[in-house]
Amino acid sequence: MTESTKRAPAAGRRVALLATCLVDLFRPTVAFAAVKLLEDAGCHVEVPVQTCCGQPAFNSGDRADARALAEQLIAAFEGCDYVVGPSGSCIGMLRHYPELFEAGSAWQVRAAALADKSYELLAFLVDVCGVEQVDAHYAGCVTYHDSCSGLRELGVKAQPRKLLASVSGLQLKEMEEAEICCGFGGTFCIKYPEISNRMVSDKCASIVASGADTLLAGDLGCLLNIAGKLKREGSTIRVRHVAEVLAGVADEPAIGDGE
Amino acid sequence: MQLTSPDFPRNAAHALHDAALQRALGNLKAGFPGKRAAAVARLPEFEALRDLGRDLKNHIIEHLDYYLEQFEASVQRQGGQVHWARDAEEARAIILGICQRAGAKTVTKGKSMVSEEIGLNEHLAAHGIEPIETDLGEYIIQLRGEHPSHIIAPAIHVNLDQVSDAFHQHHQQYGKHERQTEPRALMNEAREILRDKFLRADVGITGANFCIAETGQTVIVTNEGNGDLTQLLPRVHIAITSIEKVVPTLEDAATFIRLLARSATGQEISVYTTFSAGGRRAEDLDGPEEFHVVLLDNGRSQMVGGEQQDMLRCIRCSACMNHCPVYGAIGGHAYGWVYPGPMGSVLTPQLVGIEHAAHLPNASTFCGRCESVCPVRIPLPRLLRNWRAREFERHLTPQGYRFGLRAWAWLTRRPALYCGLTRLGARLLRWLGGRSRRIRSLPLAGGWSAWRDMPAPQGRTFQALWAERQRAAGMEGKR
Ligand code: SF4
Repeated sequence: MTESTKRAPAAGRRVALLATCLVDLFRPTVAFAAVKLLEDAGCHVEVPVQTCCGQPAFNSGDRADARALAEQLIAAFEGCDYVVGPSGSCIGMLRHYPELFEAGSAWQVRAAALADKSYELLAFLVDVCGVEQVDAHYAGCVTYHDSCSGLRELGVKAQPRKLLASVSGLQLKEMEEAEICCGFGGTFCIKYPEISNRMVSDKCASIVASGADTLLAGDLGCLLNIAGKLKREGSTIRVRHVAEVLAGVADEPAIGDGE
Repeated sequence: MQLTSPDFPRNAAHALHDAALQRALGNLKAGFPGKRAAAVARLPEFEALRDLGRDLKNHIIEHLDYYLEQFEASVQRQGGQVHWARDAEEARAIILGICQRAGAKTVTKGKSMVSEEIGLNEHLAAHGIEPIETDLGEYIIQLRGEHPSHIIAPAIHVNLDQVSDAFHQHHQQYGKHERQTEPRALMNEAREILRDKFLRADVGITGANFCIAETGQTVIVTNEGNGDLTQLLPRVHIAITSIEKVVPTLEDAATFIRLLARSATGQEISVYTTFSAGGRRAEDLDGPEEFHVVLLDNGRSQMVGGEQQDMLRCIRCSACMNHCPVYGAIGGHAYGWVYPGPMGSVLTPQLVGIEHAAHLPNASTFCGRCESVCPVRIPLPRLLRNWRAREFERHLTPQGYRFGLRAWAWLTRRPALYCGLTRLGARLLRWLGGRSRRIRSLPLAGGWSAWRDMPAPQGRTFQALWAERQRAAGMEGKR
């Protein structure tokens, strides 16, 4: 499945922002960056009261709780024209919602309608809003980690690179194996910490070998995992959500960096 | 074979600290994916071929009974015999019976994962019949008393030095006293010893990648030619395989052969692709006198029509494990049974019972790389998730984890309470992070903080800040 390339006129559209529970709790900067990028693209952004998309329950086999959370989110978000979030993983979960309900049921119809208008932030900006460039500056050499759900479920690959290319002062150096999982995997990193540690160690080795001074990605789960590992290893590489750089709001310390 | 899947975490920890294994896995990761990618790039219609493979397999599974009966009739027409084995025990008994009737002392074997699945070698040996693996990788691990750690490269975990040791130890009895260390010399030594075994074997047992319903042929693909010698030289040839390997026509077999080699090793086609049809006919110069096909069910027919049916499409190419970062970290033995990697994590619970393999479906980040390369487009993450749902229903999910999950779900369904608590949580964690903005030790997530810092939150939740911004802009009530 690849991200739809249809181009509805996005200007003036009401976009409901799914900040995601991790961004809400850990890094509001990412959500504000998303708001800025969406508003710059002419969207009207709303923020419905939200908790979590239910992915941890879904991926743990707890279908009943996943369904209840899906219903809660659908009811809160379905009034808007689009649902957009700075996470391929959470938006990927919204695309799974129809699987949770009985075929042909009213909830399934609502879930499918929501899934159809849900977009990962950068895919939305580029594929739906037709954004070609951003007005931002970043002095640094960055490398980009392709988070799994965004890449393989939603086809997010070219969009971040296209927009990053328009950031003045920024140089992109691709790492080897950019598409390989960082080992976060939601609860996987708690359930199988040693395997997860091996995977994030390999990822960090690729990042360091790229020679970049900044690591960017589109999912906060991966970023917390990678930043946590890089910092434990004593690395000075800065870790940021790609939206922060694109929106030019890189004034907060990078993820895992001190004051 | 001994099932160690319940010990998965311990197996994995062991594998992560095995330096020789880690080097071998490094080679695997550097080899297979690149070769597959290059082969795929050379075939523009590869994606269309994957669709065709998926659709063909779906059609076959929906008409499995029809094609199996057609296959049996076709085999009989050529003077061969089909034996139906409901489970591993029946399959072992059938094969032992054929061997005993043939008065067999030794049997040569081509590579077969189904033979591993039914524990054939142990069974034959216990009844005084010596099984000799003739695929080089299988031969090596047989000498070492091991089981395959990969479905097409069974000895991928063994390094050259270990091969030298194994040959040096076991080949003394054939007068080979010098310890060989060069790959070519080792191969020649194995070849020389196996040559004699081929000639003296009473029965040859191979697997079958495909069973062609229309022609009654079984098909094997190999790169060493050992399969041909195994099935042509002895008096009796037994092909052991499972029911979902049936395909309607020769042309369909060709479709899968094109998918298989590219997905597995990046070859356009394997070095040997061998079609066997019945025993020796009057005008044939060679070939076995008897031809038997043993078709194993072992729970597969129960998958038809169920939520795991898609798994029956598997053509055992190994692409999913070659591209799996978890397999790449721990290798095949850690999974604790015959089939490793993503396909094994779906299949093993089906074959041994989910209560004995509860870890396997959980040992995945759902990164989706397996599904993205599977030649028959099996949605492996979805099938793994289905297993997790069965585990949750049956209370096989660890109690502490289950409790935490339910408590979290309870909270997330109460948005006002959730938002209040996360505001407090953000402040608390921010405070814990101090000036470094990192938390080095987390009481409830020791698995995380043993190897990683936890970046501290910024201190306020986004929703709290957003509400403030809305109020400041005088836009209250818009939310
Ligand atoms: S599941 Fe797919 S990729 Fe894995 S072995 Fe089977 S056919 Fe190959």
